Amino acid sequence: MAKVVAVTGNEAVAVALRQVNPDVCAAYPITPQSDMMQRFSGFISDGRVKTELILVESEHSAMSSCVGASAAGGRVITATSSQGLALMWEILYIASGTRLPIVMPVVNRALSAPLNIHGDHSDAMGARDTGWIQLWSENAQEAYDNAIQAFRIAEHMDIRLPIMVCMDGFIISHSIERIEYLEDEEVKNFVGEFRQLNPLLDIEHPVSYGPLILTDYYMEYRKAQDEVESKVAKVVLEVAQDFEKLSGRKYDLFETYRLDDAEIGLVILNSAAGTSKDVVDEFRSRGIKAGLLKPRLYRPFPYKETGEALKHLKALCVLDRADAFGGSFGPVYLDIATSLYPYKEKPALINKIYGLGGRDYMPEHAEFVLDELVDIAQTGTVKSYKEYIGVRE
Amino acid sequence: MPKGLTLRELSKKEVLLSSGHRMCAGCGAPTVVKMVLLASDYPIIAANATGCLEVSTCISDYTAWKIPWIHNAFENAAATISGVETMYRSLKKQGKIDKEIKFIAFGGDGGTYDIGLQSLSGAMERGHDMLYICYDNGAYMNTGIQRSSATPFGADTTTRPAGSVVQGKTEQRKNLTKIMAAHNIPYAAQASPSHWMDLMRKVRKALEINGPKFMNIIAPCNRGWRSRTDDAILLSRLAVETCYWPLYEIENGITKITFKPKEKKPVVDFLKPQGRFKHLFKPDNEGILNRLQAEIDREWGRLQKEETCYAS
Repeated sequence: MAKVVAVTGNEAVAVALRQVNPDVCAAYPITPQSDMMQRFSGFISDGRVKTELILVESEHSAMSSCVGASAAGGRVITATSSQGLALMWEILYIASGTRLPIVMPVVNRALSAPLNIHGDHSDAMGARDTGWIQLWSENAQEAYDNAIQAFRIAEHMDIRLPIMVCMDGFIISHSIERIEYLEDEEVKNFVGEFRQLNPLLDIEHPVSYGPLILTDYYMEYRKAQDEVESKVAKVVLEVAQDFEKLSGRKYDLFETYRLDDAEIGLVILNSAAGTSKDVVDEFRSRGIKAGLLKPRLYRPFPYKETGEALKHLKALCVLDRADAFGGSFGPVYLDIATSLYPYKEKPALINKIYGLGGRDYMPEHAEFVLDELVDIAQTGTVKSYKEYIGVRE
Repeated sequence: MPKGLTLRELSKKEVLLSSGHRMCAGCGAPTVVKMVLLASDYPIIAANATGCLEVSTCISDYTAWKIPWIHNAFENAAATISGVETMYRSLKKQGKIDKEIKFIAFGGDGGTYDIGLQSLSGAMERGHDMLYICYDNGAYMNTGIQRSSATPFGADTTTRPAGSVVQGKTEQRKNLTKIMAAHNIPYAAQASPSHWMDLMRKVRKALEINGPKFMNIIAPCNRGWRSRTDDAILLSRLAVETCYWPLYEIENGITKITFKPKEKKPVVDFLKPQGRFKHLFKPDNEGILNRLQAEIDREWGRLQKEETCYAS
């Protein structure tokens, strides 16, 4: 029986982690994640989980100790945001290169400088090519559901890769929403037992982790890692099917909203997708064929499936809550452009940067973008390929 | 209880770092590691910071380690082994593992004094049941003899080379053993492979103590010290006998000097066989030699006073 509660995103994910009941958790405070690990630490203090806690002195040590704990042989979690994720960066590659299925909620927050604690996607976008799987979540329910599914995906025998579960800082982490919890027993059965391959703690069978591999085999090792990435989408879908049987909630590689017959469309991640869907409805009520695609599995990116879903549009805008400096476009735009490139017939594609450092994304922003797409669809003329919106000039 | 430390007993034990590794001929570090592993009567799991020891002992598809071993990165051997040890405690509490296992991290002076200090300090403060062993060869030898905070005053390194204006390193060594003792951990010690019985006795003692332990072990590097390949043990002995590298332990806050040379040799006896100090023997640099000697005398005096003050 599902239990309906009103909780914040941080609390919902903390509860998911309690229900999974991992062996080791490394925790270090950072806004807006702190509240999640505080709640989880409370579960430890009250004896509600078997987890051993490592209260590290930095996020670098959080990820370093997660690598050690996971290789030792058990289920391992940590959580972070922003600068914390940036500090972990070096070890993110080691966790994925060593094929350790660590689960890490990332409460998305802007990066310094200037210092800003509010929601944007710069942190996780900076880690998008680290070899970690990334699931993105629109609201507290999705964050809770993704957190549970993350263990099954990461620990799948064909995958064995670390995974981030992303949700928007403050907008979701600190807002109270209605969500449905699964029963503890249901979650326990869903994630099952985890058994590490070649654990360090198996002293009868000593193994060496973290070898030096030079020009002779480094490239083969990387290719093998790339091949694993190509298997992730299938596993994500299988896990989603099992999860739907359990919860009744359907998940895919991405969510499409009124997209099948649409002529113009938006691609947008996380919480702002909710706002945008309302505006899509409003345009639909005026007879304008608008639609939306919200990525869920962002890494590895399902290029083929995404391209197929978007290729029929006349005009498409990718909204990025992060910029990729270097004179280029926002990160999601680059992925969408890549997914559409193989098609001869494809939509005109523009990029808007919005909501940096927690700047509000309002319905009028979505209206502004959709109006522009209507114009592009009619005239075939793009005035500007990349633009910041909701910003003072 | 561990068995006695006799050569007869030790000769029956398996050496857990196999031959065939790619450390340089005459390097002190593998000798130190073999002694540490030989001293233990417990199964050991080790973490290794990036460095000479790490790159030379596990080149895929080969490994010299006959024990479970993990290399993560340069600055995080302490955090890594703290994760391994925490998983051990978790699984032990859950009844999934029952063996008594000990956890050791190895790092060079660059990975310990410098880039890994925060990770080490954090792990020590958190109280993990682990032994951290720094093999101190006094510079970043793996990357090519660059100056570290463990490099002795006046030494020639590739980033502070002795030239016409600069006479090698211009700063003092960091006293890491004291810094670790200041964490109020139950055991911190200095050792040298020249005094193998003392070294192995300290390792055994450390492994019997529950909680975080630290040992700083001098490990001569003939490439960086510009010395003969067969002088590693001789040089580490001279380091002890000149009191450049005093052998002592601090157990629960009480300092004990474990070896007192009958006759304290002048530091030049330690410096002379090493090409990295060659420039100090030019007439103009006598002041640097005097300063080195004065600092050793002061530290040795302080250590003796510290011991006396706790002896009463």
